[in-house]
Amino acid sequence: MYQWDFGILWSYRWLFLNGLGVTVGFTVVIVVCGLLFGLLGAFGTLSRFKALRLLALTFIEAFRCTPILVQLIWFYYALPILAGVEMTPITASALALSLYGGSFYSEIIRGGIISIDKGQAEAGGALGMTPGQSMRRIVLPQAIKRMIPALMNQSIIQFKNTSLVSVLAVPDLVYQSQVAAHDSYRPLETYTAVAVAYAAILIPLTILVRRGEKRLAVGE
Amino acid sequence: MSETSKIEIRSLRKSFGSNEVLKNINLDVAKGGVVALIGPSGSGKSTLLRCINLLVVPDGGSVRVGDTRFAFGDGAKLPDVKTLAKFRAGTGMVFQHFNLFPHMTTLQNVMEGPVTVRRMAKADAEKLARAQLAKVGLVEKADQYPATLSGGQKQRVAIARALAMEPDVMLFDEATSALDPELVGEVLAVIQQLASEGMTMVIVTHEIAFAREVADRLIFMRDGLVVEEGPARQVIDTPREAATRAFLSHFHRTGALPPATTAS
Repeated sequence: MYQWDFGILWSYRWLFLNGLGVTVGFTVVIVVCGLLFGLLGAFGTLSRFKALRLLALTFIEAFRCTPILVQLIWFYYALPILAGVEMTPITASALALSLYGGSFYSEIIRGGIISIDKGQAEAGGALGMTPGQSMRRIVLPQAIKRMIPALMNQSIIQFKNTSLVSVLAVPDLVYQSQVAAHDSYRPLETYTAVAVAYAAILIPLTILVRRGEKRLAVGE
Repeated sequence: MSETSKIEIRSLRKSFGSNEVLKNINLDVAKGGVVALIGPSGSGKSTLLRCINLLVVPDGGSVRVGDTRFAFGDGAKLPDVKTLAKFRAGTGMVFQHFNLFPHMTTLQNVMEGPVTVRRMAKADAEKLARAQLAKVGLVEKADQYPATLSGGQKQRVAIARALAMEPDVMLFDEATSALDPELVGEVLAVIQQLASEGMTMVIVTHEIAFAREVADRLIFMRDGLVVEEGPARQVIDTPREAATRAFLSHFHRTGALPPATTAS
């Protein structure tokens, strides 16, 4: 029977905390940037102009249909050779993860927008709103409520996907725990602790969002 | 008549794909006039109504409301979104399915146009909105969300919302068709009141008895064409065309209007 010894991890606490900080900070960046790309992608697919629609669709499918691990490696190793852009591992992985997340966010946002009855935008138009005004004032506020569960779900995936940046030696929680595991010869304890750390952050977050959803559901 | 008319439609054409919905429509509505558009479904009456505020952009012909005129078809440049928006701000529209904004209270619904489109100060817009809600008898529902209202109440709020833009013209697109029969009266009462105040209105309706009572002119459409047009009572009581007679035979044309109780 395996003898668990979590006590040994205590000496690596600063390493873990450091990694956790990078993971959380990284998630914030790629969720925010991803949502931005998602918004652009969604509006692109809904555009009146065919060229924009095609561009958005190409972006979405390219990132949605290739593995994120491949994208990370590709952005770091292939892009400098092809485009001559030299990127730090952090920039490369932030860009890849934001675009990857953005492609999924795009579909969620687009779905949310088209789920709103056309009569809503029509009513805005009849009042004299421009399409932009009725999008901002009428359609988006309703659509966002419907998007929130799916956006949250995708953001959770984004949070966990940050674990992949360790392949580019970005010192996130997983990378640091690899260091700790090698050093302590205690991989079981180390990775169990890492799993618990991810869950400990995500579970309270999901509860918070669920509460927020209820508060947003006024008038429906 | 065209010199004093508020709305003037000339040679209007509209197709959706290969389906020609409007074929050469002409229509004049005098200032303060009330025109009822009737006809079987698919006749193009709703599309015609939506062409008046350019919610549907015609393929050919011209539309004038007040002093603003747009021409469509070969060589005519389509108006940009800002011009369109400004034009629509001057015409109020009421929809079959109300299309109230569910994320806003009744008051916010009515304030939305003045605040967002007319850039009115919130306090002024609220005063205006409360006055419009009072007019449709719903001022005490100001802080409720649309989901808590009955169909008739929703439609009266929708009318107040359109009126808050202080439009020159009101367009009604089957405003009572989605209502339970006992709720029709309260909405018709509001429309009737508007008519008596001299509002210029075009009303697409299946309420023939109401059209006979409130409209001064009536247009019967079928297959994208105006089949018959004339004073409302005359067309309803003594239709000239066989098609009009056939259509009207499905309705009780006279008799009491639904009770106009605005109990809320």
